[in-house]
Amino acid sequence: MRYATSIVSLGIACFLAVLAAAFAHDAAFAKHMWVLAIVLVVGVIALLRQVDFQPAPAVDPSAYMDGPIRYGLIATVFWAVVGLLVGVVIALQLAYPLLNIEPWFNFGRLRPLHTSGVIFAFCGNALICTSFYVVQRTSRARLFGGDLAWFVFWGYQLFIVMAATGYLLGITESREYAEPEWYVDIWLTVVWVAYLVVFLGTVIKRREPHIYVANWFYLAFIVTIAMLHIVNNLSMPVSFLGSKSYSAFSGVQDALTEWWYGHNAVGFFLTAGFLGMLYYFVPKQANRPVYSYRLSIIHFWALIFLYIWAGPHHLHFTALPDWAQTLGMVFSVMLWMPSWGGMINGLMTLSGAWDKLRTDPIIRMMVAAIAFYGMSTFEGPMMAVKTVNSLSHYTDWTIGHVHSGALGWNGLMAFSAVYYMTPKLWNRPALYSMRMVSWHFWLATLGIVVYAAVMWVSGIQQGLMWREHDEQGFLVYSFVESVAALHPYYLIRALGGLLYLSGALVMAWNITMTILGHQRDEAPIGGLLPSLQPAE
Amino acid sequence: MDYHFMRTFADSWGLLAMLAFFVLASAFAFRPGSKILSENAARIPLKDD
Repeated sequence: MRYATSIVSLGIACFLAVLAAAFAHDAAFAKHMWVLAIVLVVGVIALLRQVDFQPAPAVDPSAYMDGPIRYGLIATVFWAVVGLLVGVVIALQLAYPLLNIEPWFNFGRLRPLHTSGVIFAFCGNALICTSFYVVQRTSRARLFGGDLAWFVFWGYQLFIVMAATGYLLGITESREYAEPEWYVDIWLTVVWVAYLVVFLGTVIKRREPHIYVANWFYLAFIVTIAMLHIVNNLSMPVSFLGSKSYSAFSGVQDALTEWWYGHNAVGFFLTAGFLGMLYYFVPKQANRPVYSYRLSIIHFWALIFLYIWAGPHHLHFTALPDWAQTLGMVFSVMLWMPSWGGMINGLMTLSGAWDKLRTDPIIRMMVAAIAFYGMSTFEGPMMAVKTVNSLSHYTDWTIGHVHSGALGWNGLMAFSAVYYMTPKLWNRPALYSMRMVSWHFWLATLGIVVYAAVMWVSGIQQGLMWREHDEQGFLVYSFVESVAALHPYYLIRALGGLLYLSGALVMAWNITMTILGHQRDEAPIGGLLPSLQPAE
Repeated sequence: MDYHFMRTFADSWGLLAMLAFFVLASAFAFRPGSKILSENAARIPLKDD
């Protein structure tokens, strides 16, 4: 019987969740366990409906395992829309405080829902499914571990659901980008180890002698995130059946651990992993090898060795020792080198194929992604310099910087990978519509530009208002005056986010129609080729 | 293994070891004969779908 073990283990887990709810130490934990029980019951029912008693069809060991990748791609598109939608909602909440609907939907609870939704749900699913896609095709081997890849996919979705519902219930560790409480963290650790086993196992059983550089970046991402996640979340639960835990560190050590994690989540989740995408999908879409393979190796080692030290720049002018702040600043500035090396490598891959920029909106999207990678990795080190940071710290400038990286580099890179993979995974001749990719590109780019530009203005104004003092040394503005002054910028920011979200909706429609097997009747981009006339 | 020991190790031998690894890894990428190998490696994604 297929799914027998899955059904039995899900059933047992469901029973345990109900028990945990019954004996819960606090009300929030009880509610959270009910959520878990309901999710598991839905899982059991879904599996029961698919049971059949035929012997399982034989698996072709030479064929690629694309099932979890197809699901992962759909999850990527779904979570992109959800995460971006929550982003637009909280942008409007900042402009109109009335939109804070207590207790579940106020800004404090929705903001981690947005950050985790876009980073872990959208980008995380994109990373997992592209890494499975790339590692099989560059190793020319089927995924290792059989159904373990399915466990990784569903286990990760369960992590997302538990994290998201926890935030809305008010369950949080208050650690930025690591808000889920101890029991959700333990679950993510289990899933992540399974992910490492699948990925590394596939690399080890590869039939290609050389490990392609994209896999180096993916592996660095998986291993480093495991390390960061475990160390940052070392904590002691108050009760075995309670939702509260306390960090193993205190004071400034705790702050530094958090930002060592937080910055390297950016460095390895949103940079190293996405560079893995760059080094596979850009050469594939351009149909040219990467500009310099040896530069990509240097890029790899330089990124790995430098990024891990840059975290302290998040704690400039705090209780952190001065030498640690300076260390963070210096390593951030040195990061220019690998970042721009990688950007040049990505862009130069297109040398000799720049004409494709005119006719292929997916290439256009990739080039924009690489350009935003270059711009945000230029801006970041600049903001890490203490003199600049004294103006930019705690202002909206930081928010603008994060979004030019996240929307520009991560968003566009993930979208172009989705566009590349969909026709291949579902055996369609092409996407439903290339013109809609173009629409998506312009909506997204315009959205990012509006967002980033308005946050520069808003952030610098905010920083200048905070530090403005009169000749007697008194501050000129109260905090609330600076808040009131930002209202128009917050409206424009919401508009930028709305543009970006509408681009993602266009993509969701395009991908859905491609999967369903439709082709839009449209003129090809770049015009029809002139029909050749025979010579007379 | 107190704080002071780790702090001193980190900015002396630890730093040197990491720098040496980085320099050697970079030099290894440019060893004689690596040009053809890396050009072949760059073609790996284009070989297969």
